[in-house]
Amino acid sequence: MEKFTTLSGVAAPLPMVNVDTDMIIPKQFLKTIKRTGLKEGLFYEMRWTADGQKKDFILDQPAYQNAKILVAGPNFGCGSSREHAPWALLDFGIRCIISEDFADIFYNNCFKNGILPIKVSKEIIAKLMDDASRGSNAIIEIDLEKQEIKGPDGGTVHFEIDAFRKKCLIEGLDDIGLTLEKKSSIDDFENRQKDSQPWLHTAT
Amino acid sequence: MAFRKKAATPPPEPPQPRTLFEKIWDAHVVDRQDDGTCVIYVDRHLVHEVTSPQAFEGLRMAGRKVHRPDATIAVADHNTPTTTGAMDDESRIQVETLESNVAEFGVPYFDMNDPRRGIVHVIGPEQGLTLPGMTIVCGDSHTSTHGAFGALAFGIGTSEVEHVLATQTLIQKPAKNMRVAVEGSLPIGVTAKDVILAIIGRLGTAGGTGYVVEYAGRAIREMTMEGRMTVCNMSIEAGARAGLIAPDETTFKYLYGRPYAPKGGAWDLALGQWRRLPSDKTAVFDSQLDLLASDIPPMVTWGTSPQDALPITDVIPDPANAPDENRREAWARSLAYMGLTPGTRLVDVPIDRVFIGSCTNGRIEDLRAAAEIARGRKVASTVSAMVVPGSGLVKAEAEREGLDKIFIEAGFEWRLQGCSMCLAMNADRLEDGQRCASTSNRNFEGRQGRGGRTHLVSPAMAVAAAIRGTLADVRDFQ
Repeated sequence: MEKFTTLSGVAAPLPMVNVDTDMIIPKQFLKTIKRTGLKEGLFYEMRWTADGQKKDFILDQPAYQNAKILVAGPNFGCGSSREHAPWALLDFGIRCIISEDFADIFYNNCFKNGILPIKVSKEIIAKLMDDASRGSNAIIEIDLEKQEIKGPDGGTVHFEIDAFRKKCLIEGLDDIGLTLEKKSSIDDFENRQKDSQPWLHTAT
Repeated sequence: MAFRKKAATPPPEPPQPRTLFEKIWDAHVVDRQDDGTCVIYVDRHLVHEVTSPQAFEGLRMAGRKVHRPDATIAVADHNTPTTTGAMDDESRIQVETLESNVAEFGVPYFDMNDPRRGIVHVIGPEQGLTLPGMTIVCGDSHTSTHGAFGALAFGIGTSEVEHVLATQTLIQKPAKNMRVAVEGSLPIGVTAKDVILAIIGRLGTAGGTGYVVEYAGRAIREMTMEGRMTVCNMSIEAGARAGLIAPDETTFKYLYGRPYAPKGGAWDLALGQWRRLPSDKTAVFDSQLDLLASDIPPMVTWGTSPQDALPITDVIPDPANAPDENRREAWARSLAYMGLTPGTRLVDVPIDRVFIGSCTNGRIEDLRAAAEIARGRKVASTVSAMVVPGSGLVKAEAEREGLDKIFIEAGFEWRLQGCSMCLAMNADRLEDGQRCASTSNRNFEGRQGRGGRTHLVSPAMAVAAAIRGTLADVRDFQ
């Protein structure tokens, strides 16, 4: 996983509430057996008409074609657990999403892919939404170590993030590798469970 | 000076009262860090073809094995056709990829010809693979279904699927506890689906975010396991990480004798432990919602979020009356997408399609409830309607009971098992602009096909709509 330390880039505003993962990537793109190449499907039905014409979606506008940050409405990423949603965002180049709140599974999935989801207050979102709507002149900077968002006018806001998740992002850590370091605890747990709940250890 | 007796050793602290969620969580902690992040053991891992290929590929790249194939079960359900026709190439490749992965990694698999094959959340309970007190995960958000058995069950992404395959654990922080109580008995014509739609209407689509919701109260206790699964299934539509219902005699009776349920002495041992799972009487919940069953009518969604649920007797709402600016915009967008006008009575909304099935309402009891309304009636000439059983065994049982004949005589198509038009990954989908009364779980834009318009209802309500040709109140048919 690519490390996340600092990020500087254009932020695209997407103020809609309840953007669900079906919207982020519709079902026809879930038939892939790969993680890559999913930007074609990103927000597909909002970007393309049924007969294949571009709809001038925010990420297709010249100012936002290289956006690295999404400033989004509340409950972003609700619905399905499909990790294809963060894969598609990442494939487009989005490394950070800022919202009032996120759906749990999507939020979790972001961290597994080197994407930083930031939760901030409604007031801060309103300000960032304004900044983002100024287009490519408005560069937003993120410093994960300091937990700061710096707006185009130089003002900074602090954000909260779970210490463990922060560490994993900054160091680009492989979760599975970390957990496998605890193999003896897992073995102990399994041995205890075999004694106390033997029915959980009969083969499927 | 008063004589002071030497202080006696204080009596041991009484055990802290715990919720059902806390009991299951505590029993599965393998490791806890100072910041509260835990490594949690996973007892059962359900795998399907859409969210697993990249996880198996990850294992292969890192040279890792599946830690416990015996705790894992795989099945293809999302892409599979509901007719005897062939799959499209991409779907076929995904199913074949699953088949080669389970063979390579030694994972048990219900293959395409196995009569037990079906929707992963239908077959788990059906086979007794879902048991009280377990932790259960699957790369699918509707894993919350299994919470009906008092199991902590939730959906995960593909990276986490890989993590569970490799380690049989997950890295998680505990959720908060919410209790939703539905007191009293359900009125005639009102089902588990109406209850959960009413709950989501009250909580909102993000109201459960960060919580595990425990459903309680007389109406829940009086539900069958099928009804409880319908309720827990849609917990995710309120944003909750999981739904839970305390296991009781109804649960144990359902499980007894199922193929993978414990047998003999192991059953007795398990039963003793399962009876201690329900939340302690004085357990503290972070949030509570109370509903009266008598206040819940048959429900239907009008918009593009599951929270857009209203009694069937109501009218399409006016964005001008929305409680806040966010919702005003969302409602206006929903109405434009749904092609609906404020003030229209819901029972006057014409429909083109009916879908009965899915992990929400594709079990035998759902088909019985639907058949009861369909018996001796005809699907309106303007409507195309289909019934898709949740599993091969549900299909076989329905056929044994003659339900298939009732549906076919009424003008429904009787299909093969699978996820089908709940998410339209196979050939079953709505055309642009078509309107569907559906027993599935999501009415998102494009969910059942690009431009398709979904109204979520119970199985009985779906049949009522099929017959009338409009959304309809099932109580008029009883």
